[in-house]
Amino acid sequence: MAKRVVLTVGTRKGCFLLESGDARRDWQVRGPFCDAWPIYHAAIDPETGTVYASAASEWHGAGVWRSRDLGESWEMSSEGLQYPEGELKLSKVSGVSIAHGKVRVGAEAAGVFESGDGGATWSLVSTLDDQPGRGSWNDPDKQPPGHLGMTAILPHAEEPDRYMIIVQGYGIFETRDGGGSWEPCNTGLRAEWPLEDERVGYCVHKLVRSPADATRYFQQNHCGMHRSDDGGHTWTEVTDGLPTDFGFVAAAHPHDRDSFYVIPLDPGHGRTMPDGAAAVWRTSDAGSTWQRLSSGLPQQNAHIGVLREGLAIDSLDEPGLYFGTSTGQVFASADAGETWDEIASYLPGISSVEVAVVEA
Amino acid sequence: MAELHLPPTLPSLYTDLPRHVDVDAATVAEAIDRLEDRWPGLRDRLCEPGPALRRHINVYVDRERAGLDTTLEPGSRVDVIAAISGG
Repeated sequence: MAKRVVLTVGTRKGCFLLESGDARRDWQVRGPFCDAWPIYHAAIDPETGTVYASAASEWHGAGVWRSRDLGESWEMSSEGLQYPEGELKLSKVSGVSIAHGKVRVGAEAAGVFESGDGGATWSLVSTLDDQPGRGSWNDPDKQPPGHLGMTAILPHAEEPDRYMIIVQGYGIFETRDGGGSWEPCNTGLRAEWPLEDERVGYCVHKLVRSPADATRYFQQNHCGMHRSDDGGHTWTEVTDGLPTDFGFVAAAHPHDRDSFYVIPLDPGHGRTMPDGAAAVWRTSDAGSTWQRLSSGLPQQNAHIGVLREGLAIDSLDEPGLYFGTSTGQVFASADAGETWDEIASYLPGISSVEVAVVEA
Repeated sequence: MAELHLPPTLPSLYTDLPRHVDVDAATVAEAIDRLEDRWPGLRDRLCEPGPALRRHINVYVDRERAGLDTTLEPGSRVDVIAAISGG
């Protein structure tokens, strides 16, 4: 059966879909969808083909758009997607997670919401009330510009009630009972600032698990690249060999437990690729060594950045990689990162790229 | 009956929602309730929990800045304005 590769691209001005055959050479762009609302993260449910896109309008609030027909028609719902009147106010929804028949989204202020009816209605699961750091991360005086709250949710491979979340600037927490209780998972991480509590205070930008080994995780942190061999509970830094310790993205090879990808950026205000030369870096030995992959990527005056959800990898035998920039370009590789093509050049600023392989 | 004028960012979100709607309501809050009755979810686009008008949504009744509790007269014109911004 022929296959179709579909990218969901979230941008400041709506969601776009980029489609190709499984050769991944010729791409068609459709969009903008979602009424051009700012989209933080858009992803496809591999079971149903439904596209979900988390959105936040400065005028009309936050909601999650969904399309059951790959973008032909869309609906948006925010029913239940709010905090009770009181301490917390919901300003935006961020990371989308689809697994085990549930859709979950992170929110700002930090909290988890979930939907069991395909995004029609939502309910609050947890705001991690008993966790260390919880008082600080909801203090507006301690929040960075563009605060995202709970940036991402990573479902467990097999257990429906088990998943990890990232609280921006505080780290990873895991629940094994559907959000009833939580445990910080930040042992071994590094921070370049004083910590009030050693269990939290780590700036995790992106967390990924190897599809080939459910115990192996990687993360791009504000302070370095890190690997875990125990299901994301303890961490070892593997930054040596990379040009900087800063970046936002990471991707795990679908078939090789030792191969991961990252895009180092200059830290500070710039947060663009070092020396204006675009590159993706790959390790094939679990972080012992890194290789620079840049064939086909611009090597001069390319001061481009990639945000947290901006790198994706597909599940084909020779996996394809895709990244979108905060200045609206999408680059794709059909050969595991060896060579690259620019497949979209003038989209709005990109906040997320995800990929799904569907039946043609 | 008051005459509501909605911002151009709303009609595309709901089936058959026009830019101009006539509603029978005694206050701005009631007018929004009438919209919610016909187009479920619309209140969330204009109000936060409280309820309160969203930060960048402004309402004028007969050209005067208004709040949710502002009273409406028969024939009042209610303008719901999304703050001018963006780019």
